[in-house]
Amino acid sequence: MIKVTCRKLRKTFVQGETQIKGLDDVSLSIEKGEFVCLSGPSGSGKTTLLNALGGLHTPDEGTIEIDGDVISQMGASELADLRLRRIGFVFQSYNLIPVLSAQENVEFVMQIQGVDSQERDQRAKAILKEVGLEGMETRLPAELSGGQQQRVAVARALVSEPALILADEPTANLDSATAENLMQLLENLNRKHQVTLVLATHDTRIMGFARRQIRMQDGKIISDEISSGSQHALRGGDPLTASHQEQDF
Amino acid sequence: MNVSSLTIAFTLAWRNLWRNYRRTLIMLLAIGLGVWAMVFMTAMMRGMVDGMLKDGIRALPGHVQIHHPNYLDDPSVANSIAEPQGTLLDALNHPQVDAWAMRVKVPAVISSERETRGVMLLGVDAAAELNLSFDISHITQGQFLPSLTEEELAVDVQAQKAAKGIVIGVKLAQKLETRLGKRIVVMTQDIDNTIVDRGFRIVGLYQSDIPGFEEMYVYSDRRLIQSMVGLKGQVSEIAINGDGYRDNQALLSHIANASPADMKVESWRQVDAYLSAMLEMMDGFVLVWIVVIFLALSFGLMNTLIMAVFERVREIGLMQALGMRSSGVMRMILIESLLLLLLGLAAGNICSLLSIAAIQDGIDVTAVAEGMAMFGAKAVLYPVLQYSDMLLANVVVIVLGLLTSLYPAWRAAHYDPIVALNKH
Repeated sequence: MIKVTCRKLRKTFVQGETQIKGLDDVSLSIEKGEFVCLSGPSGSGKTTLLNALGGLHTPDEGTIEIDGDVISQMGASELADLRLRRIGFVFQSYNLIPVLSAQENVEFVMQIQGVDSQERDQRAKAILKEVGLEGMETRLPAELSGGQQQRVAVARALVSEPALILADEPTANLDSATAENLMQLLENLNRKHQVTLVLATHDTRIMGFARRQIRMQDGKIISDEISSGSQHALRGGDPLTASHQEQDF
Repeated sequence: MNVSSLTIAFTLAWRNLWRNYRRTLIMLLAIGLGVWAMVFMTAMMRGMVDGMLKDGIRALPGHVQIHHPNYLDDPSVANSIAEPQGTLLDALNHPQVDAWAMRVKVPAVISSERETRGVMLLGVDAAAELNLSFDISHITQGQFLPSLTEEELAVDVQAQKAAKGIVIGVKLAQKLETRLGKRIVVMTQDIDNTIVDRGFRIVGLYQSDIPGFEEMYVYSDRRLIQSMVGLKGQVSEIAINGDGYRDNQALLSHIANASPADMKVESWRQVDAYLSAMLEMMDGFVLVWIVVIFLALSFGLMNTLIMAVFERVREIGLMQALGMRSSGVMRMILIESLLLLLLGLAAGNICSLLSIAAIQDGIDVTAVAEGMAMFGAKAVLYPVLQYSDMLLANVVVIVLGLLTSLYPAWRAAHYDPIVALNKH
């Protein structure tokens, strides 16, 4: 079942008199449970694509469907509900709420969803244990290391069991060892929970964790590969129909 | 909106309030001080006006008054009513009535050997009048009229002399260039519009806190004045006091139900338009005072909230990115404002209650008493806390406070999450 489909997305940003193409005729489909890495240099459009998938950017042209719902035509409240119930975000700079403890940060989304307190508590504790933060539930973000904060952010993204997790440079502020640990965690969670994971990065160390790698440049997809173990493959043809063909790059 | 989203909004609002505790404490101090000024200063002003009103109402109108239907338009002897009897007398002697007195009240001219003045001649029953309106401590020289029955008057020569006397104000005596014990002549019209006059000996001089009162009103025995103007068995008005001057509807109904059809029962508000206007003006002034103080406060409140929002742009963007609706962000900021307002109100209310309790026995304003006397106020002010004023102050602060907070809340709710998340 196709979870995410983008068709001919265009997004242009205007800075003064200059027009910058954030997305230029981008089409792709992402299947349920896929682990996709968007890579490319700064300004290539990977964050813009990620934000568009998350309903944070509205494309100028084209459509985005999640489970058949066209999100590019949704209003602000519908988009907020979509993010609340079906999408989990992991940001570059942790972005935890500083006045809430680790567990409260994890519970935040569930609280807005209206999940009862007992269930919230159980699920938050279980996911914190899963990301290796058992015993740190009451700590405030300021009392956690960068890696621990990012684990809390991952736990928050996962806890409400979204259909799609969007991670924007999740390892950018982490040292190599912590970044690798985090990526192993994301990879394990992707396999275990069958959650669709789209990750934007230009960190070559972590690209290999994703089975499918999409490279972007100047707002366009320039390659779309599927790797199998250590093997890497290039997918060509129509991106909407070729998602499971493994080809040489 | 569900309970848990409201809970998280409260949690965030409360904790955010104390992130910059210095700023919060300063704002709480400002709100508390403002509320204190609203409640305490209103209580002091109420005390001053209340004293003036009580004196004014007590002095003559009473809380409720019975008179001839045409009396207020034409206060002449022709528009008189019968002395109370039967059902009306029973109603007047009911426990609901605190005190009552009937009077003959006619315009007159008073002359000494040197000067002449226009006055209002009051024929009163001394005992009833002392019970209802006249403060015996206001007699500075001589005495008030004797409180004697007709039988006692018939046999007591000294009492007869005193009953034929007149009590006038000190200032009137000064204007007439007369003094205690001297004779003066009072001239008025009787029931047939014939000029009648009579000589009186001044048996007492009084002072009044009410400006102009001393120069206007002179007191003599009711029976004497009735006889003088030919009003046997008739009076101009019956003044009645109940529990308080503010809410006298029950007393009004009680008396009106017992009054004959040819008598009109009216509240002091109709009888004394000046005093009524004074009370209305005071009520209006309290609202203006409270709103003016709030306006000064509102700038600080708005600034505090704008700063609080500005400092948390990234967090607000994050919450929106995680799925919090704009209405949820607005709710969170408004709850933060509400908590700030409630804490400030609690502090201000407690301080004002304590300071009012501390000066419950009155504060001496002798230093400015001369100026105050011009307005009929006393040298000792007693704060009068009306809980409706306190409620008004609290409601104004909460309602206008939340309205003031709408702008920062609206601004927070309409950040673009992407722009907000990238704010440094």
